[in-house]
Amino acid sequence: MLAHTAALAPSLTVQGLSKSFGERRAVRDVSFDVARGELLAVIGPNGAGKTTLLSMLAGILEPDTGTVAQPDRTTARIGWVPQQTAVYGKLTVAQNLRLFAKLEKVADVDATVRRMLEQTGLEQRADDELGKLSGGNRQRVNIAVGLLADPPVLLLDEPSGALDPRQRERLWGFITALTDRGTAVIFCTHDIAEAERHAHRVLVLADGEALFNGTAAELKAVADADEGHDLEQAFVGFLRERGH
Amino acid sequence: MRWMLLKDLQILRRSKLLVGLLIVYPVAIALLIGFALSSGPEKPRLAFLSHIPEGGQTIKLVGKKIDVKVYTDELFRSVDRIDVENRAQVLEKVRSGEALAGLILPPDFTTKLSNGGFNSASVEVVYNGDALKQSFVRSTVSSKLAQADAALARTINTVATDYVDIFTNGGHIDVLGTDLNLIGLKKTNTLIDSAIAIADKPQVSRKLAPVQNFAELSVANIDRVKDVLNTVEQPVKVNETVLSGSRAPLDTFAVALAVTISLMFVCVLLASGLLALEREENTFSRLARGLMPGGRLLAGKVMLAGGCAAVVTFAMLLGISAFVPLDFGRVGLWFAAIAVSALAFGALGVAIGSLAREVRAASLLALMLALPLAFLALVPSGSVSPALYDVIRVVSAIFPFKPALDAVNAAINDTTPSLGVALAHLGALIVIFGAAARAGLRRFALA
Repeated sequence: MLAHTAALAPSLTVQGLSKSFGERRAVRDVSFDVARGELLAVIGPNGAGKTTLLSMLAGILEPDTGTVAQPDRTTARIGWVPQQTAVYGKLTVAQNLRLFAKLEKVADVDATVRRMLEQTGLEQRADDELGKLSGGNRQRVNIAVGLLADPPVLLLDEPSGALDPRQRERLWGFITALTDRGTAVIFCTHDIAEAERHAHRVLVLADGEALFNGTAAELKAVADADEGHDLEQAFVGFLRERGH
Repeated sequence: MRWMLLKDLQILRRSKLLVGLLIVYPVAIALLIGFALSSGPEKPRLAFLSHIPEGGQTIKLVGKKIDVKVYTDELFRSVDRIDVENRAQVLEKVRSGEALAGLILPPDFTTKLSNGGFNSASVEVVYNGDALKQSFVRSTVSSKLAQADAALARTINTVATDYVDIFTNGGHIDVLGTDLNLIGLKKTNTLIDSAIAIADKPQVSRKLAPVQNFAELSVANIDRVKDVLNTVEQPVKVNETVLSGSRAPLDTFAVALAVTISLMFVCVLLASGLLALEREENTFSRLARGLMPGGRLLAGKVMLAGGCAAVVTFAMLLGISAFVPLDFGRVGLWFAAIAVSALAFGALGVAIGSLAREVRAASLLALMLALPLAFLALVPSGSVSPALYDVIRVVSAIFPFKPALDAVNAAINDTTPSLGVALAHLGALIVIFGAAARAGLRRFALA
């Protein structure tokens, strides 16, 4: 695993990001960065602005103010994996990967498809229609599509929401392998325990505001959680103290 | 765009039932409408009873005989005849619905025609059913009887004209079995001239002068009798004036209508479904991140839907041409009309698809919009109030069905408005619905 220190060059730098929908301010002046090989969890209650933040990072939504920069590889596209699988159910696994590889203008399409099939462990299911796969396997293809262009930063929106525990474990093994290879991963989740277990750092959002940015242990300390309390209890207490 | 088109084709190839229904349903609807429009009322079945006695089948006019078959043959050319033996059977056939109506020729039919002219002869027609059915039956049977009457009148006219010729030029006629040789008005005139010359007496000339004058005037004007007889045969001649558009025969108009309806359904359903699929599969947001610009995505869907629909309807048109004679010299115009109409329907389809989250919703929306548009475009002027008709015209002009029907009809039948005007109208609608779809895409990228 890569060491995550301040000395590591950031893969993504976010400065003063804001977004409003009419009168409602969904994201307010959020700033953070994420280093190469780092796994950042964005946690917060429903309506906190997590998906809006990820959509702006992915380039789907235009921010009202603020910037998203990739200091080391400014031309590389950020990988994005939406919450719901965004692949074609009537195409096979290989056809989906091939289509998106071509749309991503990947240099060697065949080699990339082979690599992604290998990484996702779906070589045997390459010719199966996606609609006939389990939810876990579909999500693996969903993530694989996000990785086709070998992005330096990968965004995952609630990646394990629809998976059973065994599928979830396999998914996190896959994501951890990505960060080990140097991909920076930002994921948003409701599952605080999952964030505590897998993330190197957590960013707490509430009502569009970034209230905390640090490790799970630091969040517990800030929340002044009693010994024996887990991160979820600390997180709830932290939000309550701040009126959320 | 090439990869997205290939992807859509792969998806369609795997959706055999959907594609099958998408093609068969609109084609079936279109052919049914076309058939309903082009086919006239079915050959009505008539129970027929003739009371005319054996040997009395001929109408006798001053020695000439006309067989009553002139009348009945014309009638039964367009009517299915059920022969019965008595009046009770006529009533039973009509009452049971086996026959649409009953026709009874009375025993004195030929006698009255022979003695008193055909105005005095009559036939009995028996109807049954409710007011609506009676109205239909009456109009159908009346038109058939009128055709038979006209045929008889033509035959009688020919006989009368022959007599006029005999009175003019001379010849033989049969009167009550006696052959009479008439010298004719022309010869009479010549004979009077000769008699006056031989007599050489002023008083004879004076006495015969009025007769000579009568014979001259009769010879000079007797052809007018033929004109009068022709007028009786066809009392009112109809001259048609068409105010707008040259008339297309109903069956070739039905072909244009069937093709346009089929084109609309295939194209609108396919284009709306293909675009809605991107949203249903959640792939649009992925594509919208720069992988596929919205304009190219829409163009791809429109072209694919338009291409598929154009192929289906062009094949349908070629198939129909085996049954309805069409001018193959205009095949290039057919193709232009179908291609541009397909693009306009495709643009409408993607505009609908951009409003829906699911393929099913898009299909339902497309159907709900397409059917009323087709019916509205067919509302004839005069059937509704002028104000309502103006509204219908405006609504029909906003959507592609009416201009597409005009274009296809002009391409097939050379009608007005001209093909160029219809294509320009469709071009404007392609731009408008393309822009609407683009706006819809932007909206659902944010949703």
